[in-house]
Amino acid sequence: MPLGVFIFLAALAVTSALGTVLQRNPVHCLLALVVTLLAIAVMFIGLGAVTVGFLQVIVYAGAIMVLFLFVIWLLNLQAELRTSPGYLALKALAGLLCAALVAELFTLLWHAPTAGGAQAAAPPGYGSIEKIATMLFSDYLISFEVTSVLLLAAIVGAMALARRAPAPQHASPQAAAADGPARPEGA
Amino acid sequence: MGGGITLEHFLVLGLILFLLGAYCVLTRRNAIGILLGIELMLNAANINYLAFAFFGGARYDGQIFAIFVIMLAAAEAVIGLAVILAIYQNLRTIDVDATETLSG
Amino acid sequence: MTQFNWSLINFAWLPILPLIVVAVGAMGVLLAGVQVDDEDSGALGILTIALLVFAAVLSLLLFGGRPSVAFSGALAAGGYTAYFDLLVLFAAAMTALMSVEYAADQGLAGAEYYALLMFAALGMMLMAAGDDLIVIFLGLETMSIAIYALAGFMRHDPRSNEAALKYFLLGAFSTGFLLYGIAFIYGATGSIKLEPIEAALSRPATDNALLLAGVGLLLIGFGFKIAAVPFHMWAPDAYEGAPTPVTAFMAVGVKAAAFAAFVRIFMVHLGPLGPQWTMVLWVMAGLTMTVGNLAALVQTNIKRMLAYSAIAHAGYILVGMTAAAAPRAGGAILYYLLGYAFTNLGAFTVVVALERRGAIHDNLADYRGLAARHPFLAAAMALFMLSLAGVPPLAGFFGKFYIFSAALDAHLLWLTIIAVINSVISAYYYLSVLIAMYVREGGVEPAALRTRPALIATLVIAAAGTVAIGLFPQPYITSAAGAFVSALGNAPHHHVVLSR
Repeated sequence: MPLGVFIFLAALAVTSALGTVLQRNPVHCLLALVVTLLAIAVMFIGLGAVTVGFLQVIVYAGAIMVLFLFVIWLLNLQAELRTSPGYLALKALAGLLCAALVAELFTLLWHAPTAGGAQAAAPPGYGSIEKIATMLFSDYLISFEVTSVLLLAAIVGAMALARRAPAPQHASPQAAAADGPARPEGA
Repeated sequence: MGGGITLEHFLVLGLILFLLGAYCVLTRRNAIGILLGIELMLNAANINYLAFAFFGGARYDGQIFAIFVIMLAAAEAVIGLAVILAIYQNLRTIDVDATETLSG
Repeated sequence: MTQFNWSLINFAWLPILPLIVVAVGAMGVLLAGVQVDDEDSGALGILTIALLVFAAVLSLLLFGGRPSVAFSGALAAGGYTAYFDLLVLFAAAMTALMSVEYAADQGLAGAEYYALLMFAALGMMLMAAGDDLIVIFLGLETMSIAIYALAGFMRHDPRSNEAALKYFLLGAFSTGFLLYGIAFIYGATGSIKLEPIEAALSRPATDNALLLAGVGLLLIGFGFKIAAVPFHMWAPDAYEGAPTPVTAFMAVGVKAAAFAAFVRIFMVHLGPLGPQWTMVLWVMAGLTMTVGNLAALVQTNIKRMLAYSAIAHAGYILVGMTAAAAPRAGGAILYYLLGYAFTNLGAFTVVVALERRGAIHDNLADYRGLAARHPFLAAAMALFMLSLAGVPPLAGFFGKFYIFSAALDAHLLWLTIIAVINSVISAYYYLSVLIAMYVREGGVEPAALRTRPALIATLVIAAAGTVAIGLFPQPYITSAAGAFVSALGNAPHHHVVLSR
């Protein structure tokens, strides 16, 4: 990847990330994030991580973002994403903190010597799905198996939280009122 | 990959994205907006993993970690959105400040 | 297409046997739940407890095992892992036991509830066993994701929804810091396994700026998980809104597991960087104790009070970590966590005993006159409060004693003074619970305990443990110290420390 391509992708990623942070409409935020994810995916491939790059497109920009979009539409989030003026002070504080972190980490990076022999060209086949799969099933076997448990826990948890079930008979009046007729379909 | 790009380029990009994500989390009042900020932070971390893996002599552990991070993002999104749906059913809002029944 | 080389797999059954039992058990509970009605989930609770106890017996057998690593250095086996496995499994089993009647009464979906409890326990065990930042991280996430769901499990109660939302958003935020920190450590040392990371620390080529940035971010991530000040804002809301047995599990299990990984990473493997991170921990420990105790003073809700008390206790444990230079500190922390587990589980069980569906009696005022109506319940609560306050000869006293003496060994005079002053402050709010129960009148009538045998069993076990660990501390402190030494044994370049 030539420097020009990197600068183009980086600029695209940062600009659209800014969009995610500053846009008011949640759908626009989400679309901006998808652009960031795609730009980053191309960079991944440039870094020799072909498999990770494709996973980023298929799983991250694809599946996960569609899930977000689905929920945003389900909740009909149109006007809600305004930032309330009372939070200007917090915003200023957050900005200040970020600026301090930037200053600190930039100085750190500036003084950091470049890691080792740097761009020793990656061996052929670096980042291919075959190599990754071999690693996953040998050195990282236990992590890989844990992943399956983690996903199962997430599925079970999500089912328990979001499934539609009759309200308990003795629920508190507040909860019963909130559980009224106007529940979103398919929730 | 050649042409004068160094590890630092990627670290700086990762840092910018991480801070944008953190800023988003701190200033948004809307649960989904906060979640999107967190996704930015995770991606910033992934850029670092892959850059360190590549420039550290074509290593694999960074790539493996990045795959686990993507998987984790999926699991976290699922559980987070389920929590948001549940709270919306009860309170009709996902504004973090409007949900202040807990006090003290 | 090359053939997969099976000999690449570095498989070992023995160290993961308890993990397998818990994982398969959780799925078994889920399947069994298909047959069981939500209002009648007691049987599932008993099944869960039986499985957890079986896993604990296996861990007990592994307790004396030689320190070793398995799965290409991803897991560490030995005393340290087994000690925390036992602690976590005990906390999970006690949580299940106190939930047996609670879950049925509240109409919680039993199968999912108990399965998530076991998934959380599995994540905690992995955090204790991980010798690799990937495994520790995945364990942490497995635990967290299960606990987010458990915190919001009473989905018709807005308080529970909110607890889950706050815990989730701040937990996910801290995950970001943790991941970013691990990335820097990986970049600086070229590895994500703890063993090579430690070896890299002594290499002059290792990039210190990058490494310190990573360690700092890691501290923030763990600070969130153990609810250390200033990363504690989520804890009171999450503790108050979550179903009470889940709160107990958060206060005991999550904390034990987070410290298991925290201590292994920092005290065992990042020892050479000690001078840098103990400085930060000194401040964090002082703040955490002071803020936790001062905020607990003004609480009127018992769950919030116990939440701030849990924050303060995390501060005492951080004092132990700050004293990493003292050889006794590791054992003291492990012993402290054990006593704290019994005491806190007991205190939360009393809170559960006063709760009924649609009638949450978790205000301090509800405890007035409890001694007259339920002398047994009040006496148990008094015991737990005295132990938390650190009154001899209960478990809480010796925990603090060992930690503070380790701190003095490490010449942390000022921090020890702050800790002692804090213990005195904390006595005020713990004793105010006793005064409410024994001196004041009024309050609410809890439902008859006689119909809740599981709750009584939980209380008896917790009370017996609190007294036994305090009266006979020697065997426990010995095995705690042995467990810590075994973690050092996982790291071969530690003979220096071992022989000290």
